[in-house]
Amino acid sequence: MGHNDEYQKLEGKIFTKSFFILLFVVLVGFFFVGVRYVKGIGAVSNMSDGYPWGIWITYDVATGTAIACGGYAVAILVYIRNRMQYHPLIRSAILTSMFGYGLAGFSVMVDLGRPWNAYNFFIPSKWQANSAMFEVALCVMAYSTVLIIEFLPAILTTIETTKWERIHKIGEWLHPRIAPDAQNMANRLEWVKVGAAWLKPRLNKVLIFFIVLGITLPTMHQSSLGSLLLIASTKLHPLWHTGFLPLLFLINCVFIGYAIAILESIISCYSFKRPFEVEELAGLAGLIPWVTVIWLSVVVGDLVNRGQMGAALKLDFYSGFFLTEFLLVGIGSTILFSRKNRRSPRWLFVSAAMIVLGGALYRFNVYLIGFNPGKGWRYFPSFAEIMITVGIVALEILGYKVFVKIFPVLPNAAKHGGPNRHDGKTAPIAAGSMEFGK
Amino acid sequence: MKNKSRREFLKLVGVTGAGLLTGAATASGSEGLHVNNEEIGMLYDATKCVGCKACMAACKRVNGDYGSLSYEKAKFDPDGLWDAPTDLSGSTRTLIKLFKESESRWSYVKYSCMHCQKPSCVSVCPVSAMTKDKVSGVVDYNKNTCIGCRYCQVACAFNIPKFQWEKSIPQIVKCDLCKNTNLREKGISACAEVCPVGAIKFGKRKDLLQEAKTRLRENPDKYIAHVYGEHEAGGTNHLYLASMPFNKLGLPDIKPQAPAEFSEKIQHTIYKGFIAPVALYSTLCFIAVKNMKKHDKTDDHDKRKHDGEER
Repeated sequence: MGHNDEYQKLEGKIFTKSFFILLFVVLVGFFFVGVRYVKGIGAVSNMSDGYPWGIWITYDVATGTAIACGGYAVAILVYIRNRMQYHPLIRSAILTSMFGYGLAGFSVMVDLGRPWNAYNFFIPSKWQANSAMFEVALCVMAYSTVLIIEFLPAILTTIETTKWERIHKIGEWLHPRIAPDAQNMANRLEWVKVGAAWLKPRLNKVLIFFIVLGITLPTMHQSSLGSLLLIASTKLHPLWHTGFLPLLFLINCVFIGYAIAILESIISCYSFKRPFEVEELAGLAGLIPWVTVIWLSVVVGDLVNRGQMGAALKLDFYSGFFLTEFLLVGIGSTILFSRKNRRSPRWLFVSAAMIVLGGALYRFNVYLIGFNPGKGWRYFPSFAEIMITVGIVALEILGYKVFVKIFPVLPNAAKHGGPNRHDGKTAPIAAGSMEFGK
Repeated sequence: MKNKSRREFLKLVGVTGAGLLTGAATASGSEGLHVNNEEIGMLYDATKCVGCKACMAACKRVNGDYGSLSYEKAKFDPDGLWDAPTDLSGSTRTLIKLFKESESRWSYVKYSCMHCQKPSCVSVCPVSAMTKDKVSGVVDYNKNTCIGCRYCQVACAFNIPKFQWEKSIPQIVKCDLCKNTNLREKGISACAEVCPVGAIKFGKRKDLLQEAKTRLRENPDKYIAHVYGEHEAGGTNHLYLASMPFNKLGLPDIKPQAPAEFSEKIQHTIYKGFIAPVALYSTLCFIAVKNMKKHDKTDDHDKRKHDGEER
């Protein structure tokens, strides 16, 4: 017995129709990645010396990691605010973060002009602590590692209990001779299982320190993602260029993180036909307005302070994008102020989607839309550029769909979300909702 | 949820407070940039320039082979006889342009790296591929370190560093004052050496500044009363004199404060001595471990009961 019953694998076939559709999109994206490496970045993208950063940085890195902040936001909630009843949500949040960050790292390698020199990040004499990007790069690499460690318990559980049937089948399908002799293989796998069983309790003891590291690192690099644009004081529109960029980016990723955790839960419950986790989600949704109110007031306060309110209400191109971003977040949060809406999957979905869109638009505004390098420069992503990004997103979804079927990630539907649950005051999911620290 | 909310809210405030402090601290005082007038640079006098483009040709001839930067030929000329770039690019470090307002009012203008006193590109480069020479003040680029992130391009207010978009092994290209070529061999940049009318003067910044001010004093009608680069972006070592407003010549209006000063101040406030991140980590650890213990206690009872049932 123990905590394993808190999560469960999703039963079902891996190779579904949607699997192959996603795979096709991924392959198209990777075809263009190939073209990029052979013919140069200019051959696939519309980036230019005026707009040296396109959607790969703006979406995959700056926005994608914010959307991947579900793991971060839920971890704060569970371990810092001590709301253990949200614990069932954490594995899927961490899994999404793992894919989000891993693939952000991947797209950086696509975007870098000279990726073979990236090892310089590990050479102290090359370090350049003035650079916000240096900070972002180190933190993101460290955080990706931490995310993998945080996800390890799920993997170890599977290794411990699996019978490796699938591996056997694949081996046999490839070639009967490749498939090792069953007894031999069973012995070796037994060894792996013993190893996993040995590692798990030890990992559980120190896991909390990694989890806290997993809260500290995003706090650092999410604010530094805002710092990246501080230097572009002549290029970034004054609606967005402010000394508060680091703070705004930090708060922004927190509310995007909560909203995406809601969206993700609703979408996966809907598509996997599981009961909606309304209790957890309603509580989560109640937090969002608190965070967005801080964000919205820093935005407004800062605009007033810098005398830019006029620019915000000018109703020109820039003001239009600013107001859209502001209203999406504002209205989305207003919906969540109502207790009734917080319990309706429909309204939860609508408001969380608005908040994610608004929060993401903010990052697009800072990195791309509000960025004006001067006369004559223009940027709109090329087809290939978009397909690379879409391919990466498809890979994220694909990975998520496969992982939830292999590893125990989703909350155990039998243990919570059942029909007899009463309102938010329920005790934390009883026996052994704790993962570690014992 | 309600009955516990005050304590939890305070906790939340504590956590976000750390973030707020880092942001709020940015308002603290500025130390100001110390300008080093001993550094070398160039003074370009647009009123003297005749637009012969000898400087462009010299730049390409001298630097063409250095650092594997082979200059490109125009697409319409397969024999490579004619190279007429329309803008700075991955194959062009300096460029003469003509701004023509009317038949009688026009001016040439030369573009190249401004060699800032406090260069944004150096400030943002994550791997120190952009460096500023401590003695000469030359802002140089090292392709062997560069990762090609192009942050220098985002950062530069003058839009100077260029990237070789069409190459599978690209690099950043910008003027390095012939640091490894003509300057080393002859003590002067190639463009300044070949200029037939003395429109480009090479020397120490203090001498150039003095010269520029003398010219302004002696011919106040000829010039706009401003030395571009004296204060722009914290001061640049490439200075300009012209008879037309500088922004018409494609030189952006930039405040005297170096953009890098502003951003570094904030970055340093947040990460000074790494105190804030370490403090944040330890505080969070403290809270999280305490929460775990508290949770264990309440949980233990349940757990024991549960285990009992199992057996």
